[in-house]
Amino acid sequence: MTQIPFQRFALTAEGLACRRGGRAVFGDVSFHLENGTAIALTGRNGAGKSSLIAMVCGRLRPEAGVIKLEGQGDLPPAEAVHLVGHRDGLKTALTAAENLRFAQDLLGQPGLDPAEALATVGLPHAGSLPVGYLSAGQRRRVALARLLVASRPIWLLDEPMAALDIGSQAMLSQLMQAHLAAGGAILAATHGPLGLDGARELRIGP
Amino acid sequence: MTGAFLAILRRDLALAVRAGGGGELALVFFLTVVVLIPFALGPDLNLLSRIGPAILWLGALLATLIGLDRLFQADEEDGSLDLIRGAPLPLELAVLAKALAHWLTTGLPLTLAAPLLGLLVALPVESVLPLTASLALGTPALSFIGAGAAALTASLRRGGLILPILVAPLCVPVLIFGVSASDAARGPMPLQSPLLILAALSLMAAVVGCVAAAAALRQPD
Repeated sequence: MTQIPFQRFALTAEGLACRRGGRAVFGDVSFHLENGTAIALTGRNGAGKSSLIAMVCGRLRPEAGVIKLEGQGDLPPAEAVHLVGHRDGLKTALTAAENLRFAQDLLGQPGLDPAEALATVGLPHAGSLPVGYLSAGQRRRVALARLLVASRPIWLLDEPMAALDIGSQAMLSQLMQAHLAAGGAILAATHGPLGLDGARELRIGP
Repeated sequence: MTGAFLAILRRDLALAVRAGGGGELALVFFLTVVVLIPFALGPDLNLLSRIGPAILWLGALLATLIGLDRLFQADEEDGSLDLIRGAPLPLELAVLAKALAHWLTTGLPLTLAAPLLGLLVALPVESVLPLTASLALGTPALSFIGAGAAALTASLRRGGLILPILVAPLCVPVLIFGVSASDAARGPMPLQSPLLILAALSLMAAVVGCVAAAAALRQPD
């Protein structure tokens, strides 16, 4: 997979605090992401991993602290990040290829062709199948293929390994390595190993 | 940016015609209302033809409300809304694309079906064209007002119940001028003014509805 290396960028979060439903979830979380770095976000259930990811993509307002992105031509962080969360963002009535084509047109900065992206995640035959017919693991792989059809520097992954079989987990590790090698960055909430050398761990909560 | 706008429009149109998309639901509901009311009124053809435009407009309004609650809720539930929020397209334009797709799959079919259903309510021949024109100009306002309310209720589980209460009062002016346009064809009133007011209402709703919906969707929870 050949990719144009990403421009220099730095995403910095300082002193983030999160409060949901009146309850303090976490406080004083800071991290720094730049080209080629990966952070594995860990913590027990309910520690606020998904909330932290929602803050980075602008979905949730931090109780305190700031997130800023430098480089990338002054894009707001929401337009530089690529999110694959719990909810896969796929329409079950549309085929896998249509879903990916939509994501590509919507997000801009086109990367691989949907058919190529599906082949890369090991679903070359699924392009013309409605997503509703796919299994949970296959859907997750279609959602991960979205990372390839539009090229954005920062991948935000929420439990990317969930529902994936051993082979697909290795495939995802390779994709992440390639993204890091091309100068991208990854912030992934996870409970298990990501299979990345040199990923820093950021543990939130007690 | 145009690419993202067209992508949303294309996707929503494709979803509406796929199985379970609900695109035909509004039309079937419209048909049901318009077919049943003459039976409830009894065999008074004069009464029926006098209130025919009102029946058609009420049917169109209620049919538009059906399925409106899913406009943003479906995207919120499956995570597509997070993708749309992260697109380089301003959220106002994303809402415009979705509301436009909603009108093309709801308001437009209703408008096209109205002359045919007019036969069922003994609509006078000279009222058919004004009524169709009033629906064509007025139903976009219903979609845009509805989009604003649908965005407010996007993250509510049973938002479908609140939505008609939010939308109905705002639709009253559209209803009044829609029906008066079809009545004008028979009376001394000029036909042009209610149609122009309907067009103005639709344009106003397009701006206010899109801005309000985008503000509601942008609100971090």
